[in-house]
Amino acid sequence: MGNELTLAFGEDLTGVLVQAGGAAVLCLAVMGLCRRAAVHVERETVVSLLRGFLQIALVGIVLALVLHRGFGVGVLILLAMTIAAAAIASRRTGGIPGAFRVCFLAVAAGSGTTIAAMAAIGAVTAELATLVPVGSMVIASAMTSASQAAERFRAEVAARKGLVEAALALGAAPAKAVAAQVRSAVYASLIPRLDALKSLGIVWVPGMMAGMIVSGANPVFAGIYQFIVMAMIYAASAITALVAALLLRTRIFTPAEQLSLQRVGATRE
Amino acid sequence: MSPSRGQTPGPRLPLKLEARGLGREVAGKPLLHDIHLGVRQGEVLAVIGPSGSGKSSLLRLLNRLDEPTAGTVYLNGVDYREIPPRELRRRVGMVMQAPHLFPGTVSENVGFGPRQRNAPLSIGQIEALLERVGLAGYAPRDAGHLSGGETQRVSLARTLANDPEVLLLDEPTSALDDEAERGIEALVLEIIRERSMTCIIVTHDLPQAARLAGRVVILEAGQIKAVGTPQELIHGK
Repeated sequence: MGNELTLAFGEDLTGVLVQAGGAAVLCLAVMGLCRRAAVHVERETVVSLLRGFLQIALVGIVLALVLHRGFGVGVLILLAMTIAAAAIASRRTGGIPGAFRVCFLAVAAGSGTTIAAMAAIGAVTAELATLVPVGSMVIASAMTSASQAAERFRAEVAARKGLVEAALALGAAPAKAVAAQVRSAVYASLIPRLDALKSLGIVWVPGMMAGMIVSGANPVFAGIYQFIVMAMIYAASAITALVAALLLRTRIFTPAEQLSLQRVGATRE
Repeated sequence: MSPSRGQTPGPRLPLKLEARGLGREVAGKPLLHDIHLGVRQGEVLAVIGPSGSGKSSLLRLLNRLDEPTAGTVYLNGVDYREIPPRELRRRVGMVMQAPHLFPGTVSENVGFGPRQRNAPLSIGQIEALLERVGLAGYAPRDAGHLSGGETQRVSLARTLANDPEVLLLDEPTSALDDEAERGIEALVLEIIRERSMTCIIVTHDLPQAARLAGRVVILEAGQIKAVGTPQELIHGK
């Protein structure tokens, strides 16, 4: 088995597979502890472990196969990731129609703008080995931001439907009636990113910087590069949250400017 | 012309607001069915009925916060679907059962509606409105720190600030104690008389309907069961 893996990928994977098994065993042991405390996450833990391992291994295999291909392949991979991110984020929007489209546009705007900016300043190159890993981090962060903004927006409108309808009843435009909910959704989705920036290096050393140091990069260079990535992640998150909230705003009202409680998952008081 | 309490304006006055065959269904369940209702200029009409009879649903349809699934409403003879929703809601003002004041000052709340159409009120106009609802000097106060009665008065002033042609009141005293209820009732009557306003008030209380309105509609299970003067309905005529 070890020999076959070595032949296929140019590196012996036996060791890392054993380590992955060890990490999984630790998770299963923790799951056992949870079970003793009547917290039943057995099925979800096993499914998540298997799913996570298979997905990341598959991505690794795909990357290994296409690592030396051109820029176009990298863009296609990032596009596929953006579609997957939009599909996941749109699950947080309850019954809001067109949520996938909204999340796709938001994630694409946030991550696309940011990756283009990184390319413009030379922080990422067109090489697939840089573009895909860094791009995927930005897309993943944009996805989380879209999820948080969408969920917060929907929940805030549902919780404050009386205020929203009071504003409509006084002749306010729908955009004005939910302006506070848009602000709240965007800010809420940015809090984790702001905290991450503030605590960079003090509370945590991010995985990318750690990986670069392990690979022999100068720690100062690795640290500054990590800052660039974190700043770009913040920018991507902010653009994504803003676009998601502003687009979702248009989807919770009818053409006659009535709040659709069904779309925000609320009921009449 | 200024109608007094208990009087129905003469039949020659045109219908200010008229519902024709109005209905609404949600998920196949009828909330209101085939409502025909006309209110004349300056008339005060009370809508009464038990909880769940469709009273609040009717008011929400009248200023188009909800969409009818049957029929329509005419404002001064014009199908309200032809009137831009924001203009309609300004002209058909609604005071909700739960007032939902916006975070900020009383002044900001009262000036909210006119600001939406870029016609902000002066502080003098806001103070005059507040004085009219018995809240002189309240303009700079935090809207989140008012009593139930004060909150409802601010809500009324906020709606009046839009200078509506028709006033819809959805159980405006249901959350108030007796003293505050009488205060709001008296205030509403005075303002309606002063402005010769057309008003539809929803209540579950026939005596209150009798105190405020010249004509009463009884709703049951989303349908009109009876229409008449308070005296006719009290005496079962």
